[in-house]
Amino acid sequence: MTTVQWQRKDLVGIYELSAAEIELVLDTARAFKQVGQRAIKKVPTLRGKTLVNLFIEPSTRTRTSFELAAKRLSADVINIDTTASSLVKGETLKDTAKNLEALNADIIVIRHSAAGAAHFLASRLRASVINAGDGAHEHPTQALLDAFTIREKKGRIAGLNVLILGDILYSRVARSNIWLLTKLGARVTLSGPATLVPRQFESFGCRVTYDLDGALAEADVINLLRIQHERQRRSAFPSIGEYSTLFGLTKERFARTKPDALIMHPGPINRGVEIDSDLADCERSVILEQVTNGLAVRMAVLFLCAGGART
Amino acid sequence: MSALILRNGRVIDPANNVDVVRDVYVSDDKISATPAAGARLVDATGCWVVPGLIDMHVHLREPGGSAKETIATGTRCAARGGFTSVVCMPNTSPPADNPGTIALIRQRAEETAMVNVYPTGAITRELKGEELAPIGSLKRAGVVAITDDGRCVQNNDLMRRALQYAGMFGLPVLDHCQDYQLSADGVAHEGHWSLALGLRGWPALAEDVIVMRDILLAEDTGTHVHCQHISSGRAVRLLREAKRRGVPVSAEVCPHHFTLTDEWLKTFDANFKMNPPLRSEADRQALWEGLTDGTIDCIASDHAPHCPFEKEVEFDVAPFGIIGLETELALSLELVRKKILTVRQLVEKFTVNPARILGLSKGTLSVGADADITVIDAERDWVYDVGQSASKSRNSPFHGWKLRGKAIMTIVGGKVVWEE
Repeated sequence: MTTVQWQRKDLVGIYELSAAEIELVLDTARAFKQVGQRAIKKVPTLRGKTLVNLFIEPSTRTRTSFELAAKRLSADVINIDTTASSLVKGETLKDTAKNLEALNADIIVIRHSAAGAAHFLASRLRASVINAGDGAHEHPTQALLDAFTIREKKGRIAGLNVLILGDILYSRVARSNIWLLTKLGARVTLSGPATLVPRQFESFGCRVTYDLDGALAEADVINLLRIQHERQRRSAFPSIGEYSTLFGLTKERFARTKPDALIMHPGPINRGVEIDSDLADCERSVILEQVTNGLAVRMAVLFLCAGGART
Repeated sequence: MSALILRNGRVIDPANNVDVVRDVYVSDDKISATPAAGARLVDATGCWVVPGLIDMHVHLREPGGSAKETIATGTRCAARGGFTSVVCMPNTSPPADNPGTIALIRQRAEETAMVNVYPTGAITRELKGEELAPIGSLKRAGVVAITDDGRCVQNNDLMRRALQYAGMFGLPVLDHCQDYQLSADGVAHEGHWSLALGLRGWPALAEDVIVMRDILLAEDTGTHVHCQHISSGRAVRLLREAKRRGVPVSAEVCPHHFTLTDEWLKTFDANFKMNPPLRSEADRQALWEGLTDGTIDCIASDHAPHCPFEKEVEFDVAPFGIIGLETELALSLELVRKKILTVRQLVEKFTVNPARILGLSKGTLSVGADADITVIDAERDWVYDVGQSASKSRNSPFHGWKLRGKAIMTIVGGKVVWEE
């Protein structure tokens, strides 16, 4: 176990975290994963606290995961989604935040289409703010659960070759993963069409290659990303068919990967586009374990930021 | 009847090749050769006495945007910042694309302004970039240049005709250089920081392409094109090469572009959101080189007030722009301390250069000239408190900055409009 103390009110990104802080979250999550395997899955850690799931962009799995994590910690949970929210009536994010504070919410989990939305709230509220994805900026709990899964399966992160494949430009998952994995000593390679994976990403301390087959052969972990049509302002490649041919994980390509290479995907999956449908369900795919681990990681984050772990 | 004796200051008047310690006399509204009887004596020992500074790029928001700023409040900012003349942009509501609006702006300036206000007119009707505004009538109404600032005419043929037409009246064309296809919905300089922060990228290329277009059109038509708020290193290089060939182009740069870089965006503070966006360290250094070698003629603020509630939102949706008149001089004096500019060059970029580009009879301390004078204490240490700004808006990224150098007296037409 690490000896670092958690001092943060908020979790807005991985960029700001030290390697020791990341390890602390992962170690804490391991304890919470055991709680999830008991007959009685609920602990009183956040009893009397109120968590608001403020989702100003659609999400099913992340919102459900945070909701369940909060409930297992005995918090009261309110879900505010974009259609029910007064934001559509013209209320600003600042006013929404002030109203939530007036209701004495203790934790705000925010998902928003604008990069920086979690920073915006965190700097203005006394409540803990947990970033559940802000535009193309960060999705820290996703990167933490990915790391948790890799560590559980591979026993370590340092020294592994991790390939992140697909739409990096518009992906908050990619950014959080790059920061986290490089901080913990993995070698990160990015691949995909040059319009979605510009060379400039090498300034993050990772490698960019358009030779997918070479990168696949070396990879210990293959993290596939969905094409984020909703964020792309213009076409970055000629067609889905061409994308799938050049950058999809087909059975042929899969056959040439290392025999113990993991397949990961943050979901939702576009079967037949970034990954062959059968491969998504194969034994080397840990896609559903990522979902299970997400719960433990989010319990750990809520506990650390709002559960009295701070000194 | 105003009469002043500015005693014993360092008088820097590039138009007359002057940089000496001496007195300057004001009698009525002109610079005079001799002191007038009963003149107020001002001790300027240790200070610079320079021609009144000119900012050729401000947004005063009147008419139509008076919640953000008015001619009265914007020109008070100018006076505090040491500026005796400002050139206001036509993107008001209604836009200054017709003589009536120009007449209104001039009338409001007459009634409420603290410094000289020179209006510009639009290049195209409603700044839409579709058909020419009545440029001849605008000229008669008193505009000093035409520009669609805030927007950029995308149609090259229309821009060419605008230059040909404006050339008849000797009107310079000021261009906001932005290719909309390339800037698209960008909010931040495309580079390391836009990638790291997940902000939509706006490549410097969006500026470069239009700067190159403008150089070609200026060469083709012979009409003077002035490129506004240059932010890209490559644009500086293109302008340098064009000037060497004798193409009638000039350029300005804003203090925020030569002071800040896109790294500041990591705060997600919308006071770092401007158009063009803050660029990379390499761009900033190229701007310094352009200032040093004269490729960049002027420093201008692009003073762009926005209400606090408009700016205090998610970065993506905040409007572009910051206020700048009050911090401009101090941030520019930093260029002298960094040895990027000599004192004379600095004064030129605020006085004779903009006056020359716009054909204004300003920017000099010659005897008989309008008594527009700025007295600067270049060593004065102060802290910028935007809460105390004369502007109606508060959108400055420089709030709380420790600055050095300040206008301690601003004189417009012989009248002291600011002193401390």
